Amino acid sequence: MQVGIDLGSRTIKTVALKGGEMLQRRVVESGFEPHRQALQLLNDHPQARVVATGYGRHLMQQHADLDIITEIKAHALGARHLFPHCRAVLDVGGQDSKVIQLSENGRIVSFQMNDKCAAGTGRFLEMMALSLGYDLKQFGLAAAEAQASTAINSMCAVFAESEVVSLKNRGVAPNEIARSVHLAVASRLAAMVQKTCDCQHLVFTGGVANNKTLVAMLEKALGVPVLVPEDPSVVGALGAALHAGCS
Amino acid sequence: MNDAFQVHSDPELWEELGMDVARFSGMPPMLTNAYKNIFLSQHNRPERMSYFDDMVANIHTGRIREIYDAKKGGKPVIGTFCVYVPEELVVAAGGICIGLCGGAQGSIADAEKILPRNICPMVKSAFGFKVGKICPYFQVVDLVYGETTCDAKKKTWELLDRYVPTHVMEIPQMKRERDKWLWLDEVKDFKAAVERITDTVADFDAVAAGIKTINAKRFALQRLNALRHHNPSPISGRDMLLIEQIAFYDEPVRFAQKVHALCDELEQRIGNGVSVAPASTPRVMVSGTPMALPNWKLHFIIESAGAIVVNEESCIGTRYYKDLIDEGSTDLEQQLERLTERYMKIDCSCFTPNDDRIAQVLKEYEASGAEGIIDYCLQFCHTYNIEAVKLREACEARGIPFMSIETDYAPDDVGQLQTRVEAFLEQIRG
Repeated sequence: MQVGIDLGSRTIKTVALKGGEMLQRRVVESGFEPHRQALQLLNDHPQARVVATGYGRHLMQQHADLDIITEIKAHALGARHLFPHCRAVLDVGGQDSKVIQLSENGRIVSFQMNDKCAAGTGRFLEMMALSLGYDLKQFGLAAAEAQASTAINSMCAVFAESEVVSLKNRGVAPNEIARSVHLAVASRLAAMVQKTCDCQHLVFTGGVANNKTLVAMLEKALGVPVLVPEDPSVVGALGAALHAGCS
Repeated sequence: MNDAFQVHSDPELWEELGMDVARFSGMPPMLTNAYKNIFLSQHNRPERMSYFDDMVANIHTGRIREIYDAKKGGKPVIGTFCVYVPEELVVAAGGICIGLCGGAQGSIADAEKILPRNICPMVKSAFGFKVGKICPYFQVVDLVYGETTCDAKKKTWELLDRYVPTHVMEIPQMKRERDKWLWLDEVKDFKAAVERITDTVADFDAVAAGIKTINAKRFALQRLNALRHHNPSPISGRDMLLIEQIAFYDEPVRFAQKVHALCDELEQRIGNGVSVAPASTPRVMVSGTPMALPNWKLHFIIESAGAIVVNEESCIGTRYYKDLIDEGSTDLEQQLERLTERYMKIDCSCFTPNDDRIAQVLKEYEASGAEGIIDYCLQFCHTYNIEAVKLREACEARGIPFMSIETDYAPDDVGQLQTRVEAFLEQIRG
């Protein structure tokens, strides 16, 4: 058995594989002591070969005997497994967003990650949803329903929040603001993808890919269909589990 | 050694220099801890690094005392922020030249009381050191010589002048014939200004001696950099960076001697197969903006991730020492022209076009046996940031793994940088 565990900034994901079949996948909140959560999840698989990835991978290595790989490699492996023709991966997690360009045989050619900035991350969407009084699911739906939008100029999480406040106070409907925020994030992600690679065969992973409104907007901005796995949040954990099989 | 190391304190001296002693007294213990953690924890360092350890231990005391005593003995001290300011002429006129670039987060809050937040951290750090009276080097200088290599700097000098006399020399931003003549005039103005403050006239012999001294310092660094390129590496990247940083505040003749002594040891190590990392260690070259003391952030992340840094294409790095001045001049005018020619070879991104730099990066990549390039850009350094586009294209065309990062001195992005550096190493390893 091979287990991949992805300790992200917001959630911890595990994937258990046996003979190439996915036996189990789980997603839990990171909590205040992510390594304890993670160790508990690993208790289910005492005999497995484990590979950790994600923000907490080094912490995990201090507490358990396991190998680590970066999220970038993990998402590349996972996306390629699910979509063998995949040539690029866009992963948007809680804390950062990355674009990974793959060669024809799946090697990482280059990658880009957001610098000191939360713009275009799950956290950014969460903050914007919160300031509009939506939960994340409602936030996407509201954006889809809105008929109009206005430009959000600031992509800095802090400034965008005050921009949202001033739009609210101008009487702009919350769903229109939600749509505007989604459009702004989609255009930023599209620019990041286009800067790094040819966007054919692009797989969108990470929790933010669950947001169907954003996926549709991204497809429109890029002008190509975007491939979204059934459960995009566990692709990193899947990649780590796959790596456990080859290490 | 590790336990005994301490960055020394001298509150009396600091008081005399008009420093904020209460605030500054927290600095040496902080630096002691950082230095132990980053430098003294390394295995199998060259023994002759001990001189440079001492330079750090004495950074706020012994070396300051030495400069201060010389100053009282009639040697004025001139502070600079850029490798374009010709230190040969300071030495020729009997002065002391000290690099004042700031590399610490601690002084940025002081700067932001006055300066806008969204400018280069190096400019803010340096300015904050003066405003907060928390840098003994800034306190000991008689005069600061700034330049016009970037907008943040040239406008900050106007404000810095309120705290310490600040002169500015204009650096041309193109390399046409007429720009060379402008630059030569600026060099002559600089010489005259330095002579006014030292109250001497630097004649042919004095300028020849100044050129010889600084050439010797740069040559020693060239020798050291060539030796450190050996695989397996006889010295770590962070130790090399430290020496490149110390080059800006040490006494130049002694510094060159100590660098040569270290080089002799490295030659022995290479002969005996002694190294700081096995030959299979991934080799990374760093290019881009300077890392001023005590900015060791990126090197520490790279080397902690299991790689070794094998070259710094940077102002605090090869850009400072790759070129020497021709010593064959027969008169003063010719000396100043040769000096100007040498300085015009500096490939700062403030120039347009600046394709020589791309060629230089590729040359150093080959020479250092690196396996990938990490381009380092301080936040808001637009010229280096934009030039990274061309650098990336040049690397991609040659199949050289390349990554550019933009960061500042704050530790909040260390986790992200670790991930990016580790992923870059995964990419190199395949």
